[in-house]
Amino acid sequence: MTIQTFPAGKDGQNTTPGEGAKKTDSPGTPVDVAPVLTTVVPAGAQRRGLPRWVRRPVGPLCLLAAWQIAVWTGSASTELLASPWTVATTFADLVGNGELPRAILVSLRRAGTGLLLGGFAGITLALLAGLFRLGEDLIDAAVQMIRTIPFVGLIPLFIIWFGIGERPKTALVAFGVAFPLYLNTYAGIRNVDANLIEAARTVGLGRAGLIRHVILPGALPNVLVGLRFSLGIAWLALIFAEQINANQGLGHLMNRAQEFQRTDIIVVCLVVYAVLGLAVDAVVRLLERLLLSWRPAFSGA
Amino acid sequence: MTIPGGGKEAPPAVVVRNLRRAFGDTKVIDDLSLSVPAGQFVTLLGRSGCGKSTLLRILADLDNEITGEVRIASRRAVAFQSPRLLPWKRVWRNVVLGLPGRPDRARALAALAEVGLAHRADAWPKTLSGGEAQRASLARALVRDPELMLLDEPFGALDALTRIRVQGLVEQLWQRHRPAILLVTHDVEEALLLADRALVMEDGVISHSVDVTLPRPRSVTDPAFVELRAELLARLGVGAASPS
Repeated sequence: MTIQTFPAGKDGQNTTPGEGAKKTDSPGTPVDVAPVLTTVVPAGAQRRGLPRWVRRPVGPLCLLAAWQIAVWTGSASTELLASPWTVATTFADLVGNGELPRAILVSLRRAGTGLLLGGFAGITLALLAGLFRLGEDLIDAAVQMIRTIPFVGLIPLFIIWFGIGERPKTALVAFGVAFPLYLNTYAGIRNVDANLIEAARTVGLGRAGLIRHVILPGALPNVLVGLRFSLGIAWLALIFAEQINANQGLGHLMNRAQEFQRTDIIVVCLVVYAVLGLAVDAVVRLLERLLLSWRPAFSGA
Repeated sequence: MTIPGGGKEAPPAVVVRNLRRAFGDTKVIDDLSLSVPAGQFVTLLGRSGCGKSTLLRILADLDNEITGEVRIASRRAVAFQSPRLLPWKRVWRNVVLGLPGRPDRARALAALAEVGLAHRADAWPKTLSGGEAQRASLARALVRDPELMLLDEPFGALDALTRIRVQGLVEQLWQRHRPAILLVTHDVEEALLLADRALVMEDGVISHSVDVTLPRPRSVTDPAFVELRAELLARLGVGAASPS
């Protein structure tokens, strides 16, 4: 940082003719002590070195390298955790023989079906409770009560009700998904700006028009927030459901790998879960950008 | 009273008789009567909390917890202090919102052109400046071809320069379309610049009515204007004329 200091009393003081160095209080006379000036350094001048997109992957890559080196030097047991290289080759094998894509498809179908069912139920209930006083009285208390149940605890009950096929898995996902969507949609409807509703009434919109033009678009940002929560819960529910009595899907692949101590396959499955989660989140963010383009906050990153 | 364009009393756009509105035990409007002929520009002045906005909300049919008789022109439009545009609809769709049939872009553009905003027809409301948004809200009122326009301090949130321009715009639109206008304001100068009749509201009733016959366009430096302003300020309990 550079500090530029202007010496005091060099210029400006001699402009008052006759008076010389004598100071007066009248406005316009120079002050006797000049302020010390500091130069503001532009932000661009401070940045140096590698760009961020190069620097950021360095941490994870170092971690991977350390893991691989630990395996090579024998300080880490391959019995407990396979090396990154083994994981990579196993991934290629599983994709090559079609096992992984098949499992992913099965799991995606479960998550998708559950999401559709649960999403439909959650949003429908929220609309009924949000738009109608009677709906609120009948639905909201019941939903608020049921949502306190940890959904994983329902697995035994769902197995008794639905057996061990696809249905308990879909049902668990649907159950987990419904509540975040319900809560956010309901809150979204109730929080629509009353001033906008009033203005819309003065231009002659009836009840149906209000719902269509004001309430639903106004609740949409909250619905999308609910959707993001729901998608996170959908994966979680799926993993729990697939650990039990599954004969296909990602969870089944992991369970079988556990029996044969194949930690490489387990790691592949975990990475797939993570990547799918990221992909789904990206889809929702794209959806937000398309549907909420009217929001100034969405300038497009 | 003289009505522009006719010697006899015009048919009423607003008739209010013995109106009462209470919030709990607080009587906000207490036996108020008012009549506004078609085409007249009326401003309603009053200190904050005097019930003027409540009266306007009643006339806009937004509040019907009332007793008494209220009759209002069925073709009416409202503009509020904040523009209240739906942020998820583009400006032109906001303008024609609530009109029967499919959204008519040509009709929206015509109204927007009248307020000088045709070039912003496809903008999102949140990208408009305060003055632009308020003009869009006027276009939304105008497109309904109202017989009665209810304006609730529509210039209140605008900066001083924009305010003068939008005031001028409202006067122009009124002269062109001749709706009855009821403008709620707390600005005496604004009231006198625009109104045929200035009403002062106090304790839930219209306590005072002044016919403003100054020629238009009016000037705040006109001695007659200054005199009227002093009189109204005195009625409102402020200004140089109040100590007596």
